[in-house]
Amino acid sequence: MVEMHASVPWLSLITFLPLVGALMIVLRRAIAGGEDDEAVAISARQVALLTSTFVLVITTFVYFSLFDSTQLGFQLVETSGWLGLGIGYKLGVDGISVLFVFLTAFIMPICILASWTSITSRVADFMVAFLVLETAIMGVFTALDLVLFYVYFEASLIPMFLIIGIWGSPGTREIFGRTVSNRVYAAFKFFLYTLLGSLLMLIAILAMYLEVGTTDIPTLLTHEFAPEMQRWLWLAFFASFAVKMPMWPVHTWLPDAHVQAPTGGSIVLAAILLKMGGYGLIRFSLPMFPDASVAFAPLVFALSVIAIVYTSLVAFAQEDMKKLIAYSSVAHMGFVTMGLFTGTQQGIDGALFQMLSHGFISGALFLCVGILYERRHTRDIAAYGGLVKQMKMFAFFFLFFSMANVGLPGLSGFIGEILTMIGAFQVNTWVAALAALGMILSAAYGLRLYREVMYDPPRDEKPEPMADLNRRELGLITALAAMTLYLGVNPSPTLGVFAVPTEPISEAFAEATERRDGVDETHVAQGGADH
Amino acid sequence: MTQPLSDIHILAPELFLAIAAMAALLVGVFLKEDRTKELTWAGAVCLVLACALVPRPPEGPLSGFGGAFSADTFSQFGRIAVFLTASVALLVSQAFFRLEKLLRPEYIVLVLLSSIGMALMVTATDLISVYLGVELQSLCVYIMATLNRDSRRSTEAGLKYFVLGALSSGFLLYGASLIYGFTGSTQFADIASVGASETSPVGLTFGLVFFISALAFKVSAAPFHMWTPDVYEGSPTPVTAFLAAAPKLAGMFLFGRVLVQAFPGLIDDWQPVLWMIAAASMAIGSLSAIVQTNIKRLMAYSSIGHMGYALIGLTAGTEAGVSGMISYMTIYVVMTLGVFACILTMRRAEGMAENISDLSGLAQTRPGLAVMFSALFLSLAGIPPLLGFFAKFYVFLAAVDAGLLVLAIVGVVTSVISTFYYLSVIRTIWMAEPTSEFVREQNPFVQLTASGSTFAVVAGIIVLVGPLAGIAALAARSLFPAL
Repeated sequence: MVEMHASVPWLSLITFLPLVGALMIVLRRAIAGGEDDEAVAISARQVALLTSTFVLVITTFVYFSLFDSTQLGFQLVETSGWLGLGIGYKLGVDGISVLFVFLTAFIMPICILASWTSITSRVADFMVAFLVLETAIMGVFTALDLVLFYVYFEASLIPMFLIIGIWGSPGTREIFGRTVSNRVYAAFKFFLYTLLGSLLMLIAILAMYLEVGTTDIPTLLTHEFAPEMQRWLWLAFFASFAVKMPMWPVHTWLPDAHVQAPTGGSIVLAAILLKMGGYGLIRFSLPMFPDASVAFAPLVFALSVIAIVYTSLVAFAQEDMKKLIAYSSVAHMGFVTMGLFTGTQQGIDGALFQMLSHGFISGALFLCVGILYERRHTRDIAAYGGLVKQMKMFAFFFLFFSMANVGLPGLSGFIGEILTMIGAFQVNTWVAALAALGMILSAAYGLRLYREVMYDPPRDEKPEPMADLNRRELGLITALAAMTLYLGVNPSPTLGVFAVPTEPISEAFAEATERRDGVDETHVAQGGADH
Repeated sequence: MTQPLSDIHILAPELFLAIAAMAALLVGVFLKEDRTKELTWAGAVCLVLACALVPRPPEGPLSGFGGAFSADTFSQFGRIAVFLTASVALLVSQAFFRLEKLLRPEYIVLVLLSSIGMALMVTATDLISVYLGVELQSLCVYIMATLNRDSRRSTEAGLKYFVLGALSSGFLLYGASLIYGFTGSTQFADIASVGASETSPVGLTFGLVFFISALAFKVSAAPFHMWTPDVYEGSPTPVTAFLAAAPKLAGMFLFGRVLVQAFPGLIDDWQPVLWMIAAASMAIGSLSAIVQTNIKRLMAYSSIGHMGYALIGLTAGTEAGVSGMISYMTIYVVMTLGVFACILTMRRAEGMAENISDLSGLAQTRPGLAVMFSALFLSLAGIPPLLGFFAKFYVFLAAVDAGLLVLAIVGVVTSVISTFYYLSVIRTIWMAEPTSEFVREQNPFVQLTASGSTFAVVAGIIVLVGPLAGIAALAARSLFPAL
């Protein structure tokens, strides 16, 4: 039994099953003579849902039956030759990545179901794009070769570009005297912003490859780069991941992308794609360049605090529901970067937990907005009001997720924020204090959104009636609520999975801090001797 | 001293093609126009057969004809690549020429003759044989550009190409004569030994700069790129496909051989020059393409940019750099032929469509074609997982290895800018409303080329990249003296 499990390339299976599903949809469409009619649309939806659910089943099985969370290092490793000369096809997961693989597998069927009725045109194309996206994301989280990682990291841009650009919301704007539709503008901004950051990372990857002679991630993790080189490499990696996170001031693509993307696209963007940046930081920047991480930690703290406070204020001022949640995402990612660069066990674990929990919460919030949008076709906060009377179930869940987003104890958002704050307190009290201010601000905009949409009297005298959640929507939202509640009430198993791989990272960080302090002291000592 | 005829196997493919070209010329005279199809096939078959005649690198000395040609792995790879490219370009031309009533047997003769010229370019190791190869190739392509002689644009393209090309040939000759004057030899090996000495004459550097300018013209690198957009636009599309692919590849191979084999000692002189040419090509290629509305002009600027990336490899001047250039050009040729095959399918009832706006909504009217166009354009932009990414990967790798970090960063920035216009085409295809549909009847070979090239750029990541890099490394190694 064990041998059989060992011989199955589970991670490749998880990664490439969605691609098989995509090919099936393409094939089905080709058989229909290239027409994208209703029959094709229905089968495309079914195939996409079946494939992604199947991936979820396999992932759950792998996570609970095959993955040993007490073991340090990468598991379920698969290797095979690829480009040669130290660049190979290598997959594997550890405590950090396995939960993101699970998150991806969990969110994808939800996205597909959330797009079940809201996407009506070119359904087959949409589902193909989504399944290709799933493959790319799974690849990012399972790749154990830096070039392979980079390939998946970039490849995820293509389907997302199409999802935003084709199925995004209507409306136009003027740029350089030309009328451009908003969704196209957002798609371009998303693609080019991310690409510039990533290409700088590519140069760093090449430099690392030339230094070490391989792009095998486990080997690179044990290699010690010279401190001077670390700085350049760190900056190049940071350029890529900071855009992806996104961190202030390179976050401006996110509100555009979120607002324009269809509901499914917003969910996957907030829940998973943003996590790729944080994942990159914890997988590469912190363990591979500990000295540079220590040196640049103040920079990261400054940017994180600005993100937390400033974008929370910006969120408060928004008139557009999706924009509000998008800015709140930037603020929450600020907690993640802050936690990671404290270098403490609590901070790092809290940051990872925050990413996981934000995946469920922000996904759910975008789902909620999508549900409203499907009924009234506007994201304008002022267009809603008094919904609490018409949509009772929705009101309950919207409150639940608004509170989770604020960080109400008992729900998952709280755990991540409190842990990152504990981490920050040990390192820098001011950073922690300002971050705490951000928590208050998040309550302010969260409650404002809830009040104006749910309680304020509707603007119209006789608003058109809004139907409450249907069975599909209820199922989706309950699933997300269950995860949020579970993580909030019982966080220790998850934190335990994270703790195994993060412990050596925080130890290395502490050693690098000592090294830096040691160097400073020698400098001081020498300076004293000179005088 | 060996007998001259004992070297004849080195030029066997060229001789074979020369005989084939003469035969085609003769047969063409007696052939009715509707039989040109068979002649095209015969020409393509001859080109493929010529690949089989390309000699393997011998155990002993590589050069022949008194040092004028070399049968190393580099020339073996180059010649096979040139012949295959030419044969594909020949086959995709047929349907277009039939519909435009331009079907002439001379075209086949010209393709064969210019293939000989290109084969000589990648094989030559002597200034005189280089010049012969370059001129034979260029003269044929000038005529091909004017093939549609009743069209003003086509004649203009040919004339422009010819006048500027003649100027660059003048540069080439002037440079060559300076080099000969200061070294006393036309052979690369002798030139290299003079250049390697401490007191290499200044005149040699002058000659080198003229030579580089002429070669930059041939591969349409900035600032010698002016002819490219007009010639691309004016020439009949299959001719554009041919001249965008094969001569560029041969020119770049020649460029590499000249720099590495004739001027290795002067690397400090030519590296900054190449640096500038590469950076300028990437910048002009990416910036000027943004405003183009004609897809052939877009491809012209795109190719200028691509030559810049390939030149990054040469600027490095290392084995890895040359190997990166070889991979780059091979992948570039595959993508270019694919894109032009796609462009050849852009035909409406009233004639060829050449504007980017003609592609509006292609994803809804012709999903298959839309996917091919998009994959090829994303590959040209160098987005992974497509093949074009690995082309850039290897040249950037060589640049970082040679310490050319700034050039690599210039490459990165221009590559983001160029992604903008490639994405604009993809936006037109996927996100605009459909216009009238293209004609559906198509030549199977055009479709085969388009889909084959798409398949290569999509699936290449799995099977193609590793072996290609290996072969390119072998070919590059043969240029450098064994350690």
